[in-house]
Amino acid sequence: MDNNVIDVSDLTKQFGELTAVNHVSFQVREGEIFGFLGPNGAGKTTMISMLTTVLRPNGGAAKVNGHDVAHEALEVRRSIGLVPQEYTADEDLTGMENLLLIASLYEVPRAEARSRAGELLDLVQLKDAADRTVDTYSGGMRRRLELACGLINRPKVLFLDEPTLGLDVQTRAAVWEYIRLLKEKYHMTLFLTTHYLEEADNLCDRIAIIDHGKIVALDTPRALKDSLGGDIIEIHVDRPAEDGLAASLGALPNVKHVLPVDGGYRLTVANGEETAPLVLDAIRAHNLKATRISIAKPTLDEVYLARTGRTLRDQEGSSDEAFRQRIVTRRARA
Amino acid sequence: MSGLVALTGREIKKWYKNPFVLFISLIQPIIWMGLFGKAMDLSALAGGSAAGLAAFKNTFGVSDYFSFMAVGMLAFVVLFATMFSGMSIVWDRRLGFLNKVLSTPASRGSIIMSKVFIAVIRALVQAGIVLIAAVVLGLRFGANFTPLTLLATFAALFLMSIGLSALFVAIAIRSTKWETQMAIMNLLNLPLLFASNALFPTALMPTWLQDVAKFNPVTYGVDAAREFILLDTINWTNVTNDFLFLGTFAIVFAAIGIVLSWRYLSK
Ligand SMILES: Nc1ncnc2c1ncn2[C@@H]1O[C@H](COP(=O)(O)OP(=O)(O)OP(=O)(O)O)[C@@H](O)[C@H]1O
Ligand SMILES: [Mg+2]
Repeated sequence: MDNNVIDVSDLTKQFGELTAVNHVSFQVREGEIFGFLGPNGAGKTTMISMLTTVLRPNGGAAKVNGHDVAHEALEVRRSIGLVPQEYTADEDLTGMENLLLIASLYEVPRAEARSRAGELLDLVQLKDAADRTVDTYSGGMRRRLELACGLINRPKVLFLDEPTLGLDVQTRAAVWEYIRLLKEKYHMTLFLTTHYLEEADNLCDRIAIIDHGKIVALDTPRALKDSLGGDIIEIHVDRPAEDGLAASLGALPNVKHVLPVDGGYRLTVANGEETAPLVLDAIRAHNLKATRISIAKPTLDEVYLARTGRTLRDQEGSSDEAFRQRIVTRRARA
Repeated sequence: MSGLVALTGREIKKWYKNPFVLFISLIQPIIWMGLFGKAMDLSALAGGSAAGLAAFKNTFGVSDYFSFMAVGMLAFVVLFATMFSGMSIVWDRRLGFLNKVLSTPASRGSIIMSKVFIAVIRALVQAGIVLIAAVVLGLRFGANFTPLTLLATFAALFLMSIGLSALFVAIAIRSTKWETQMAIMNLLNLPLLFASNALFPTALMPTWLQDVAKFNPVTYGVDAAREFILLDTINWTNVTNDFLFLGTFAIVFAAIGIVLSWRYLSK
């Protein structure tokens, strides 16, 4: 028995001519936060829709909690929760009514549903708004209600499609806290999509970078960044360095590349924080004094750039992004 | 099953939380009755002569046009109420609610049937209100009218609205554009209304139109309603035919809707 909660092999989805998800394979382990990072139209929602049995794949297979999404859809549905990209709660109903509605779709008994809904509204701090109709909620409140709806059946795996899209910084941080809590307190497995680099970096145990329907990289955020060659340590010394220093620096563990620069060296290292003390020791061993040291971390954006040839930052805050957020809000208000 | 109850419950709540919509949808048939039914009193063409009136009664079955068309309006409200079942599934798809429900264990059939049931409930409640308005405006009951025939009338309208709403849901099942749905509704509503006996007896129509009307469920619903509400003697052969047609229509389209939902609700 492996402990893969999601097992995807060769999954493909076409919409006419367009291949939205192109022969994708990956596994998600029990209890991890797994992120799908990619720009608009990369195929993130399509992937979630297939894993949650909303869309039928054209090829390949996927198992969620050991059940095949195509042939054992009902078992899959019982064991998962979904927080969709859009605000899907019914605006004419109250927050509480929405939760009870979703609970009965999972056949949670009425009394049990009431107590769970109360707990969840407490968790996402909507208790005071529970009996207001959803059309009076703010964007952040609606997102939190969606989160609560996704949890009402106590799923083993929760799918979150761009859970912080269009939220301000504080609300985004609050949503991250809820997500971490679910992992730590309830040992839930979380699959989320995002096109925010910070979100992928801060929140996810592992990330798949997806572009045009294909996974172009998959690892921990740390390893992805390290794969670029690692951190950059720049160190300056008090007098011109002796000949042997460059060689001893190059011989240190983790150091990949040494480049002499004006007044010191620039090192490419696998693990900046752990390597910096060793670098200082080596300098001291040569009877020199370090006058200045800096460690620079490569960001996921650089990883993204290296793998796709484009940068994700360009897309954040672009008109496209603004347009999409308007759509989410307009749909929400319509 | 609990999914069907919950989804239908949702629709009922949405409905009574927006009483304005009910109000608006009642205005149109009542205006039609008041203006069209009263202004175009076709029995006036008989010229008031005894022979003329007898001829009118012979083809229309009743002696005043208002009563004739008012019962036709019951079918009109059923038609319009059921058409919106298709619209509402398109909205659920657009707002993402449908995808959310599709990710839960709720059966696909219950998603469709909740739309059918709410359309039926709305259709029957609106038909009831329109009938009351018609009585206020001067509808004359037949000699045979009893609470039992009233019940039978609504049974016929019930079957008719099940079949019609299942039909409109089936048309909308994959649609993402409410504009398309709106166009389809506009395309269908007047032909369904005019190619039936709702406003004019089919006996006086050209034969090709009579043939069309023969396959139009509106014709059978209206015929049953007239037999029960207006006529002095009920023709049980006609009524049996009406119920056979409407029953088959309801069962066939509900079944088609459910089968399509298994296959086509998700893409
Ligand atoms: N139902 C559909 N019919 C046709 N094409 C679709 C459909 N759904 C998605 N697509 C297309 O598939 C591609 C992937 O879409 P998807 O929604 O999965 O992207 P995404 O990564 O979720 O993007 P976003 O960040 O904008 O949500 C897009 O090009 C989109 O236009
Ligand atoms: Mg998406």
